[in-house]
Amino acid sequence: MDPIVLARIQFGANISFHILFPTITIALGWVLLFFKVRFNATRNEAWMNAYRFWVKIFALSFALGVVSGITMSFQFGTNWPGFMQSVGNIAGPLLAYEVLTAFFLEATFLGIMLFGFRKVPNWVHTLATFLVAFGTTMSAFWIIVLNSWMHTPAGHELRDGVAFATDWWAIIFNPSMPYRLIHMLIASGLTCAFLIAGLSAWRWLRTDRGPDVMAALRTGVAIGAVLIPIQIVVGDMHGLNTLKHQPAKVAAMEGNWETRSNVPLVLFALPDQTTRENRFEIAIPNGASLILKHDPAGVIPGLNDFVAADGTRLHPPVAPVFFAFRIMVGIGMLMLVVSWFAGWTLWRKGTLNRPLAYTLVAMTFAGWIATLSGWYVTEIGRQPWLVTGVLTTAQAASKVTAGMIGTTLAMYLATYAVLIAAYISVLFHLANKGLQVVATPSGAGVMKQGAGYHPAGALAKDV
Amino acid sequence: MLNFLDSHTLPLIFAGLMGISILAYVILDGYDLGVGMLMASADRPERDKMVATIGPFWDANETWLVLGIGLLLVAFPSAHGMVLTALYLPVALMLLGLTMRGVAFEFRVKAQQQYHRWWDWAFIGGSLLASLTQGYMLGHYLMGFQDTLSAQAFALMAGMGLAAAYTFVGATWLIAKTDGDLQRRAVWWAKVTLVLTALGMIAVSVATPLVSPRIFERWFSLPNMIGLAPIPLMTGALLLATWVFLQRMPRADHSLDYVPFMGAVSLFVLGFLGLAYSFYPYIVPEKLTIWQAASAPESLFIILMGAMVVLPCIAGYTAFSYYVFRGKATELRYD
Repeated sequence: MDPIVLARIQFGANISFHILFPTITIALGWVLLFFKVRFNATRNEAWMNAYRFWVKIFALSFALGVVSGITMSFQFGTNWPGFMQSVGNIAGPLLAYEVLTAFFLEATFLGIMLFGFRKVPNWVHTLATFLVAFGTTMSAFWIIVLNSWMHTPAGHELRDGVAFATDWWAIIFNPSMPYRLIHMLIASGLTCAFLIAGLSAWRWLRTDRGPDVMAALRTGVAIGAVLIPIQIVVGDMHGLNTLKHQPAKVAAMEGNWETRSNVPLVLFALPDQTTRENRFEIAIPNGASLILKHDPAGVIPGLNDFVAADGTRLHPPVAPVFFAFRIMVGIGMLMLVVSWFAGWTLWRKGTLNRPLAYTLVAMTFAGWIATLSGWYVTEIGRQPWLVTGVLTTAQAASKVTAGMIGTTLAMYLATYAVLIAAYISVLFHLANKGLQVVATPSGAGVMKQGAGYHPAGALAKDV
Repeated sequence: MLNFLDSHTLPLIFAGLMGISILAYVILDGYDLGVGMLMASADRPERDKMVATIGPFWDANETWLVLGIGLLLVAFPSAHGMVLTALYLPVALMLLGLTMRGVAFEFRVKAQQQYHRWWDWAFIGGSLLASLTQGYMLGHYLMGFQDTLSAQAFALMAGMGLAAAYTFVGATWLIAKTDGDLQRRAVWWAKVTLVLTALGMIAVSVATPLVSPRIFERWFSLPNMIGLAPIPLMTGALLLATWVFLQRMPRADHSLDYVPFMGAVSLFVLGFLGLAYSFYPYIVPEKLTIWQAASAPESLFIILMGAMVVLPCIAGYTAFSYYVFRGKATELRYD
């Protein structure tokens, strides 16, 4: 197999595995801060118990994010040495600022947040929780700045194929950054919201319905219901921004081959890159023109505009972008229906019903699928470029042999499969245990009684 | 731009910063990887106590690796590509080790009871794999990435040497952070691993100048030899002093429990200075100097500005964290 394809699969596998966990921890940090602040304000143990349960999941997710992130920092060099050689003057400072302003902050205060509750005053513990949440968000900010710059580079000049910074303000606030950052932060919020709602619904189904479980359930559903309409609007704005700067990507997302007016919204099709047409197309007339140009006669660029005279394809592979986009949007619509219906039920009835609980459980990891699909749209959609107009992916590839990449790829994939399986099973294991058994990192589960702890079943009566 | 920060000085500063990061990493993650390897000869309750000594710190410790490799990446991009391509396989194995060790921190207590032992062994095996591969990479790097049989043998020896040094600093960390039976065992571990570490240091020190005429020249020509003599002499004296001190441990009075750890840290610093002197000014041995590999001064300058502001903050809150978790380690609990 082509070493470049293998290198891309390997890097893609690693970065896909990695993003699963920051997507949870970025938002979960703020939710934990919310639980802590609510506890400080009300002194209601339910909030602290919610904190105690979710901080365990935070710690686990964080550890997985850290180890996969370290792998990534090495794979920049092992898989794409040409990347840093060509755009290192831009990417370098951005990555350095991420390490300096985010990684140390979150890693250091995580220790205090997790294990320092008895060792520091309560306000320091709350501050540590804030700094961890702030650190994860700063980390997201810097890496999105770099990623956005790769999509819509600005503020630099090229000398002999090497990029030099001319305007850092323009580099940081490059044209797609604000849209991508907000879109990603809300995606993290939604992933976390459905994770909280799903695991809480699971506990509800197991009749673990203490006030802490219900508080977390309501929090998760409320966050989901509030964020999803905002996300749809932001996603639309991000799409319009992409149309302006990366029209080939939008053409692939829409499955539009010819530049024309009155472009239909393709709901389903099998895009065929060899015949350059869609098969089995189901479409709404004028839909894409309406969405992208807010005019049924709006002209949308087509994929055939992005083919060089010698036949070289200058647009991304169509099918993966096309399908990933539909999966993301489909899950978004599902999230809208489920979170609003769950919100309405909780508001009117104060509790769930079994079908709704099962639906929420089924959607526990819906945010993961939507987030991954979204990243596939934007990253595959940038191909053949690594940095739009500056550097192609092929130019940045390393000279490591296919055999070597293939061997390590198999090792990485096996590791990730084991870790994802372990992660999901441990999440439900923790949900099954609830707060009945408090797992301490230094030992096996310890049965807790009295002072502040209630077997979850008894909690409803006590608080 | 301040004119003394020119294209000559900046790469020098960044080589220094990178060196400090790598040294910090080797000492800090060294002690927690060492504790991880020592867990092989401990039972489950002891292992819990051992993990409790490193639980609040390991994550920040590992961040120094990201900073070190990040500085290599951002300040010396061509060296980064060359080094990591040459070390492709050991890097992948090291990452596997660090991954298993890192996630085992969580899984070893949070997973279903029947898997706790598996994750303990993932912790131990991951720590061992990461240590061996880091030492192997150091050895391979010292040999200028040659693939000859003797170079490979040297790299393997360096792997075992570094693993021994990590268990030594890990054992001294345990002396500082534990008491009772576990501390007694830690003293015994420290004695054994000190001897292994000394052997490793001697082997590397003898082999390096033998294979590299340039390094031989740097160390054994006059007057360098006289100026440099303090490094090996102090190393020897320190090894001896730590050995003697360990004979009198554990002490009833716990006030000196940090002394062996300080001894181990000083050994790492001396070893590092020796290596740094051997290699300067090369960043890829015999191939690329730090100036040939450096990024544009404009980019280095903007990183330096940030680092000057942020590094003191990092030092400050790291100190705060060590202050919060000072003294003997207590059971790790979230409440």
